[in-house]
Amino acid sequence: MFQVRIHGRGGQGVVTAAELLSVAAFFDGRWSQAFPSFGSERTGAPIVGFCRISDGEIRTREPVSTPDALIVQDPTLLHQVDLFSGLRDDGFVLLNTSRPVEELGLGALTSPRRDGPGIRVITLPATELAIAHTGRPTPNAVLLGGFAAAGGVVSLDAVAGAIEQRFAGPVARANIAAATEAFRSVSARWKELDHAPTD
Amino acid sequence: MPEFATDGGPTAARESGSPGSVEPPGSGGAGAAVRSEDPPGSRDATGPASPSSGQPVKFYQVGSFAVGNRLLDPSYRTVQSDALRTNALDSGHRACQGCGEALGARYALDAAMRATGGSMVAVNATGCLEVFSTPYPESSWRIPWLHSLFGNTPAVATGVAAALRVKGRPEVRVVGQAGDGGTVDIGFGCLSGMFERNDDVLFICYDNEAYMNTGVQRSAATPPAARTATTEAVGDEPGNPFGQGKNLPVLAMAHDIPYVATATVADLHDLERKVERAMEIRGARYLHLFVPCPLGWGAAPRDTIRLARLAKETGLFPVFEAEHGVVTAVSQIRRQVPVEEYLRPQGRYRHLFDPADPDGPPARPETVRRIQEIADRNIARYGLVGPAGSDAPGEAGPSDPSGRPYETGEAR
Amino acid sequence: MLRQIEGSRAVAETVALCRPEVVCAYPISPQTHIIEAVGVLVRTGALAPCEFVNVESEFAAMSVSIGASAAGARAYTATASQGLLFMIEAVYNAAGLGLPVVMTLANRAVGAPINIWNDHSDAMAVRDSGWIQLFAETNQEAADLHIQAFRLAESLSLPVMVAMDGFILTHAIERVDLATQEQVDAFLPPYEPRQVLDPADPVSIGAMVGPEAFEEVRYLAHLRQVDALTAIPAVASEFAEHFGRSSGGLLRPYRCEGADTVVVALGSVLGTIKDTVDAMRDDGLAVGVVGITSFRPFPAAAVREALAAARRVVVVEKAFSIGFGGVLSTDVAMALTGSGTPVTTVVAGLGGRPITGASLRECFEAAAAGRAEPLVFLDLNRSLIDRDLERSSARRRTGPTAENVLRDLGTVASGPT
Repeated sequence: MFQVRIHGRGGQGVVTAAELLSVAAFFDGRWSQAFPSFGSERTGAPIVGFCRISDGEIRTREPVSTPDALIVQDPTLLHQVDLFSGLRDDGFVLLNTSRPVEELGLGALTSPRRDGPGIRVITLPATELAIAHTGRPTPNAVLLGGFAAAGGVVSLDAVAGAIEQRFAGPVARANIAAATEAFRSVSARWKELDHAPTD
Repeated sequence: MPEFATDGGPTAARESGSPGSVEPPGSGGAGAAVRSEDPPGSRDATGPASPSSGQPVKFYQVGSFAVGNRLLDPSYRTVQSDALRTNALDSGHRACQGCGEALGARYALDAAMRATGGSMVAVNATGCLEVFSTPYPESSWRIPWLHSLFGNTPAVATGVAAALRVKGRPEVRVVGQAGDGGTVDIGFGCLSGMFERNDDVLFICYDNEAYMNTGVQRSAATPPAARTATTEAVGDEPGNPFGQGKNLPVLAMAHDIPYVATATVADLHDLERKVERAMEIRGARYLHLFVPCPLGWGAAPRDTIRLARLAKETGLFPVFEAEHGVVTAVSQIRRQVPVEEYLRPQGRYRHLFDPADPDGPPARPETVRRIQEIADRNIARYGLVGPAGSDAPGEAGPSDPSGRPYETGEAR
Repeated sequence: MLRQIEGSRAVAETVALCRPEVVCAYPISPQTHIIEAVGVLVRTGALAPCEFVNVESEFAAMSVSIGASAAGARAYTATASQGLLFMIEAVYNAAGLGLPVVMTLANRAVGAPINIWNDHSDAMAVRDSGWIQLFAETNQEAADLHIQAFRLAESLSLPVMVAMDGFILTHAIERVDLATQEQVDAFLPPYEPRQVLDPADPVSIGAMVGPEAFEEVRYLAHLRQVDALTAIPAVASEFAEHFGRSSGGLLRPYRCEGADTVVVALGSVLGTIKDTVDAMRDDGLAVGVVGITSFRPFPAAAVREALAAARRVVVVEKAFSIGFGGVLSTDVAMALTGSGTPVTTVVAGLGGRPITGASLRECFEAAAAGRAEPLVFLDLNRSLIDRDLERSSARRRTGPTAENVLRDLGTVASGPT
């Protein structure tokens, strides 16, 4: 079972991102379960969404406490929320930012572990891509394109299908284009990260 | 044979057996007027007692303002005078002697039944009416009738109306009914919702000014100074404190619903006509019916009609109609009487008077004065007393377009 | 059709397939998504004919449903928590009048302190109202139970409440096989009321019944619930024939063969429990599960049979009777009368506290080893309790308890003091 936690702020489509990811997994023929962190948060408040993906029925209902991957929609959360809590040592973080990883002060997090490849952080200027393609700064669908490239947990086709099902024609097309560009961008860098020596 | 003159002169006609007939003949000098030159709007007749001379025929009554049915052309008689009336609330129920609510319910529902061709459902709140008209299997209801709870009657009625609409039975009409507690207090939230949605329900409040079913406790409709079991006539300010009041007809009007009316059981023609009017309209309608309670008010059962009339004639209970939030007609006071005349016969106001000299001056003149102020305020607000000279018999205002004896005033 | 869909939406679409004729809407989290989605289906004409009534309170929601049902319409509404408590008088009334209203209860805690998260306090508060109460384990079951609920309600002339865990199910997006209109139409006949307000045949409904007959009327209501113990599995098996999957029924045992310790629970926590039990089985521990679907009527005989071989029973419940203990476990213990099987109550997940497999396992292992207390509060933060007890004994004007506890929580979380 692959578990994802998505961090963002109210209004950025965190819950929708978790839903789209689960729908993409469903289109890939897998079982998935998406759910938001339940609360009464308003626009701008930190929000968390969860998604589990598996080859069989998912029965557990506990929150995702040891995610395999994080998607961070808002870089301003980096030092405000215990963002990396429980993230598996071999997990990865897909971060929406236009700045290079080195500038983010995540050295301790990404330093190689004794018994694994270490946490990999990959950045994506998802907000910029979203604005370029859709005219709106909503990074959620774009990040899913990057996520499809990063873990290979879901296919880009499935992500596109999920976006198509959720949004109306032009909005869907623009988001799919943005997600596709994100997919290409991450694919190139992911290969390096994935095969990078860890010690 | 009806007794009326056809020679044009005013003819006094006393309604024999009327509770109001205790007053000496001619003392009032006022009477219901039917002018034959005002032909009924919707009817082809020239009106009751249409004389060949075309002269107005005036019925003068003493004590009662209701024209006796027997004086009228059959087509103008009340539903209640019809032997074939529904008897929606049949005889044999357990209401007290002189129960105003029982009268009001039968009058209103029989009129509604006639207006709907017998196609009607009634929803009833918990209260006296519900308790005395049942229990199983002795239901007095000859119409489909549902009782759910005390405070939800308007919502239940909404549900019935919704079901009838979805079932394609728009001809079946819905009446919700409750006492003042079930309307003004515990049912108000649901009533306001029903009004706001403009659901197709006629809601009737039988207002006897307290929770009578549970033993005469105060409601928001209890008038100032009235003794109830929870506003006992003890202490420095005996009875119900003077508050702000909760004027449900006006609150109903504030929802801009298509029709709001007040009426009393003292004027059957007026009441029936208003029910009939209400049933002509679709949407939320509200009828606030003043129904004296002999038990709760400490009044003689024979005085039910008289007290209802006095409530109107003092100005304490304004009788009017409103459409879409605007008053369209006011029943003017025929012979204004001081509130004392209304208060004295009622045990709930006994503490305002001297027990040793019940006919003497009030023991609490200040309280009586404040109640009179309420009446005066109503008179001014609703124009219950016409301009000087306009209250001459037959001249109180334009006649009812249907030719029936009632008065209208200017919209205010 | 297989869909990846939010639980609320799955329920809404399924309810629409059941062709309710009057639907009452009043917002309360976490049921809002359900009634919103039904509203859209009515507005677009996908569900027609249907009167969608935006009411002014939950009390009105149930009251409108009562009126609609008494006038012969299929009536549906949804609520949660405070909403259920606000309509409680009408909830009892619907059952007392024998009106087959169907209602979704998106289970949520009852305040104060106000809390919007999931537990079962709301359902337990109307346990004795005369409604049939069915608990869904998954969103698939939540959807399916609604189809069965209308069928049961109308055949028995009893209202049915389908309880699904608020947020945990209502807001979870997962795989649901949605029924088709043809399937539902073949399974659910049009509503034929036993009593109806009809000018052609006037009846008085809801009149007073005195001491001479009240007990008998109540007993008959009980008999109908007893009948439901037969009807619920019958409807479930017919459902399985029509829809090709099993949902509903009275209860569902899981890996109970040879189980010394059997865990009993309601609702979605059964998923986490089953995962935990699988892991314990893998480690050679003889643990099983009985999931109760029908809480009212309570299937005492079936529970007794399912637990006959157990040496101890652990009841995990998301509610408790303050001042005593478990609610479900009281019923389970009653069903086990005379068997001598000890019952441990585990109160868990109150106000949305996550119930983790790790905590459950620890608790089940203790029970299996005979170390469990009769009443356990899972993951209770004892230091918070002690602090408040100390404070209360130290001074009189302590202020609001909830605020104090939350302030302490900040302090405790920031490290040892």
